[in-house]
Amino acid sequence: MLRLFKKIITTGVVTEKYKVPKDDELEKLGIQIKRHIDKQFSGSIAIRQVDAGSCNGCELEIHALNNPYYDIERFGIHFVASPRHADVLLVTGPVSRHMQTALLRTYEATPNPKWVVAVGDCAACGGEFGVSYASCGAVANVIPVDMVIAGCPPTPHALMKGLLGLMKG
Amino acid sequence: MSASNWTTDFLNQLTAAAITVEQFSLPSTTLWQIESGHWQQFADYALAQQLRWVAGWAEHVEGRLFINACFEKQGVYVLSRAIVNAAKPELPSQATVYPAASRSERHTQDMFGIHFTGHPDHRRWTRHQAWAKHDYPLRKDFPVQGGPETVTPPDKEYPFVKAHGEGVYEIPVGPIHAGIIEPGHFRFQAVGELILNLEERLGYVHKGIEKIAEGRTPEALARLAGRVSGDTTVGHCWAACRAMEQATGIEIPPRAALLRGILAERERVANHLGDMGAICNDVAFIFAHMQFSRLRELWLRTNAAVFGHRLLMDRIVPGGVVCDLSEADCALIERECVRLSKELSEIMPAIDLNSSLEDRLYTAGYLSPEIAAALGTVGYVGLASGQDRDVRRDAPYPPYDQASFKVALEDKGDVASRFWVRYKEINASLKLIKQFIAQLAAGDTLAEWQTPPAGSESLGIVEGWRGEIIAYIRFDAGNKIARYYPRDPSILNWPALEKLVLNNIVPDFPVCNKSLNGSYSGNDL
Ligand code: SF4
Repeated sequence: MLRLFKKIITTGVVTEKYKVPKDDELEKLGIQIKRHIDKQFSGSIAIRQVDAGSCNGCELEIHALNNPYYDIERFGIHFVASPRHADVLLVTGPVSRHMQTALLRTYEATPNPKWVVAVGDCAACGGEFGVSYASCGAVANVIPVDMVIAGCPPTPHALMKGLLGLMKG
Repeated sequence: MSASNWTTDFLNQLTAAAITVEQFSLPSTTLWQIESGHWQQFADYALAQQLRWVAGWAEHVEGRLFINACFEKQGVYVLSRAIVNAAKPELPSQATVYPAASRSERHTQDMFGIHFTGHPDHRRWTRHQAWAKHDYPLRKDFPVQGGPETVTPPDKEYPFVKAHGEGVYEIPVGPIHAGIIEPGHFRFQAVGELILNLEERLGYVHKGIEKIAEGRTPEALARLAGRVSGDTTVGHCWAACRAMEQATGIEIPPRAALLRGILAERERVANHLGDMGAICNDVAFIFAHMQFSRLRELWLRTNAAVFGHRLLMDRIVPGGVVCDLSEADCALIERECVRLSKELSEIMPAIDLNSSLEDRLYTAGYLSPEIAAALGTVGYVGLASGQDRDVRRDAPYPPYDQASFKVALEDKGDVASRFWVRYKEINASLKLIKQFIAQLAAGDTLAEWQTPPAGSESLGIVEGWRGEIIAYIRFDAGNKIARYYPRDPSILNWPALEKLVLNNIVPDFPVCNKSLNGSYSGNDL
């Protein structure tokens, strides 16, 4: 037990400071919804992440948001287990046809008002996989998308910026 | 018995049994063409000779279907092939002999319409409802766009195995799970908290990778290979590039091989750190989770600083690599390895001495060596159950042919063993990175590409962080890919999860699952 405490103390706090992005930066992220979110969810949003067919690279970086460097929960952004508890759906991947109904149902199960953020190049435009017999391509081909965070995969930094943009500055 | 001996002996046995084998030599391996009627008997003899079933896939070539199965023994790989007419294709199943071949044959059945006679399980596997009953996407006459409905219906009528009896109940989970994780469906039958049976239903993230590979250039194929499973971008990209390079007959420069080695070991360390943290998290030991995820983050930041990408995507290209290390980079990486090793030596004793962790990880999720062998499990799943295999040692390729390291092995077969194998593998990787840096001599990092002859084919085999990866490539004319099949280690390891959770309690499923950590994307393709 002493070893454990020693390691905790010597590690210290590694969490980094983050600024909410400025308006012109937000525009680059393609946010059309910031004002609504500010009004409706001042201070906190609940996110349901949905992998609709990704290669799992995007998930790795979304995971990283919860590591002690980014610690995204301190901004009131938390990941929830059910779409029924969510304000925002964070969708990755090209939408595989086998996941199409599951994604539609998740969207329906999310209470209004709700927002959809397409994460990663695949979710934004189909990426390396495009549209085929097996893939619907971009998330916007299946459900309405409010915001896109590009990258393959987007870095945690890009994700932070995008998501903090959703929150009140 | 030396390696070449077993093939001679084996061929003699087959001749004695009147199974004719036509031999061809491929750039990386030998090809044994067998009459389709003997396909299953061939497997019988292979099993008797203790050959391991490695991978299976098919290919549509001008009115005929080539069915391939790859086997290995003592680091020697052979590719066996049967050819049938595409009109009414039928072949005796090898899954009756090798359980490992079961899902692979079902995938081939769904994608090519080949009927495997005697197969113990004729249910669809990769097929859900996105293409019509008599359509087979990997046939050449099936258009890449297919003919999908506006909304693909869910595959609700899939005939799951049922359990009956007093107190038996079912828990269906997924495709969408509660965490940040890939989609797939698990069907549990339980009594109280005890798991009686688990059935996996995967295929949800099938993205048509094999189909959209067709017609690509080598560069575009490498990019796609790097996205078969994002966590294994280096591994898959390397396997595909090796296959393409061998088919073409080009050698990559020594410096490129060393850099690939460094990339691959860095990928292994990053994933193991992530998994070790996640395993601890699944038993609510947050201290370790935070420490491992911190170390992983630092490691990825070095990737970004030195190689320009946190997950190392698209660094490996046909002919070599598109990244390089300066002396300062090398010094930075070496310092980082020393620091990581020191930090782990502080964290691991704190974990090892923690009795609550011991309670949850030891004996949980037991996979016996017999089942591990029968299913052909690879990587840390196999190693933790005594399956002593590692491509880097058994069939070494540059730069591993000039390196020395110890393959991590455990024999308890439980979650704890799979945890410790990862730790040992990290230590081995750190040593390998050091050796590779020491061997780096000035030189090119990219060989000039040459257009391969039409029809040239090869197998690229590497040890990814999850275990052995196989990539099959055949070229068309004009530098275009005719066929790409990647076999992720998960394809062999997923079935082991159904076995190792038996008689565990439902609440221990997450940690059992994490200790195996199969890739859904790499499985579903
Ligand atoms: S954007 Fe890149 S990392 Fe994300 S799912 Fe697509 S290929 Fe994978």
